[in-house]
Amino acid sequence: MNAPAQVAAMDLAERARRAAKVAAEFADRVDAEGRFPAEGMEAVKAERLMGVMIRPELGGESATLTQVADVCAILGQSCAATAMTYAMHQIQIASLADYAVGSAWHEAFLKRICDEQLLVASATSEAGIGGNLRNSICAIEVDGPIARLTKDATVISYGAAADAIMVTSRRNAEAPHPDQVATLFLKEQYTLERTSVWDTLGMRGTCSDGYIFRGECPAEQILPRPFAEIAAQSMLAVSHLLWGALWYGIAADAVARSQAFVRAAARKMPGQTPPGALRLAEASNLLQQVKANVVAGLKQFEAAKGNADALNAMSFSVAMNNIKVGTSQMILVIINHCMLICGISAYKNGTPYSLGRHLRDAHSAQLMISNDRILGNTSTMLLVNKQDTSLLG
Amino acid sequence: MNDTIRELLSKHGGLPVAADQLADTADLYEAGLSSFASVQLMLALEEEFDIEFPEAYLNRKTFSSISAIAEALADITKDRQVA
Repeated sequence: MNAPAQVAAMDLAERARRAAKVAAEFADRVDAEGRFPAEGMEAVKAERLMGVMIRPELGGESATLTQVADVCAILGQSCAATAMTYAMHQIQIASLADYAVGSAWHEAFLKRICDEQLLVASATSEAGIGGNLRNSICAIEVDGPIARLTKDATVISYGAAADAIMVTSRRNAEAPHPDQVATLFLKEQYTLERTSVWDTLGMRGTCSDGYIFRGECPAEQILPRPFAEIAAQSMLAVSHLLWGALWYGIAADAVARSQAFVRAAARKMPGQTPPGALRLAEASNLLQQVKANVVAGLKQFEAAKGNADALNAMSFSVAMNNIKVGTSQMILVIINHCMLICGISAYKNGTPYSLGRHLRDAHSAQLMISNDRILGNTSTMLLVNKQDTSLLG
Repeated sequence: MNDTIRELLSKHGGLPVAADQLADTADLYEAGLSSFASVQLMLALEEEFDIEFPEAYLNRKTFSSISAIAEALADITKDRQVA
């Protein structure tokens, strides 16, 4: 067995924990300097985690979304920027693996992702459209065998560090805004002209700068399925579940730190319950709700996987939206609890109980795909969708 | 029935193209039907035909074309007649 095969034979969670250990070491520096989590992502690649969801005949391990969510949760406990980069990459992989089946170019590229542990970014946001994934202004121009695209992309997370970018656009210059396709461009097929710098409150290491994207590639690199279908059946659910998992990870680490704080206090005052103990119990209770929410969503996704009707059902979209909104709100409450437990030690940077980075990273959760937009979308669906009131259904 | 659907589609579909330009089998999502508009259309159909779409019909496929909507409506009204 060669070295990569040996790594791949080990348990996924174990490999994720080893990568997370490296990522944790650099998390504060990545955050402070607002730089790409290079060490964390190198460790993820060394553990051969980039292509695990891809089919084994293309070099992957056919890992389930549930297993990948577990990796995200483990990385999220160490370095949210590494976890988010990994999660966003896996969202692209899920789309490619399931919606380009039979396309020779895309399958060869999936094999390259496994062999070379390539990182795939996405460019969906566009100036004039905002964060509405399902609309494009730019249109891809297919000229015989060649496709050309220019996009004023307001955000391309880790764009500068990626090996390829999946870019959405209108199908052609005549197509309406929601009639989109996604095209996979390789690094050597595009240029990025930076238009804005990602200097943010949190998630600083994702380096989600804005760029003018200019690309030219063979037309066969356009995904064969309409982007509407990919977004509805895969991208939204996968995003909410993987993000939910890594957000759980951020909150879980905050709770772990505050538990360590309470324990240390208890050891100093034997016979007395430290003041933060009750609040820790509350935080643990809320964390369990976040976990249950994500796990239930994963279970629902795995049951629906491969069944277009189930993935397209309104009740499924409502459930996935609820997971995103619920987890993104709850982690802030949890981390705030942890902050109260650890006090100044949490507020201050550089202590074992520091929670500034957690709190700032967690604040991105309700904004990346705005909760207001998602709630608006859910409220529309609830005008016609009948609530399933059963406990287990 | 298709004419009524087409009329409601032009009123509620928010499409950039005229609904009478669309073939019965044209993909409405590709024509620009948003999920919000599809719900508005669904509500209008419920009102027009005095029906309620059962849960099983609440998916993208039902609203993917004029003929798909007509088929769903036929199924739902047929079930009602049997009941």
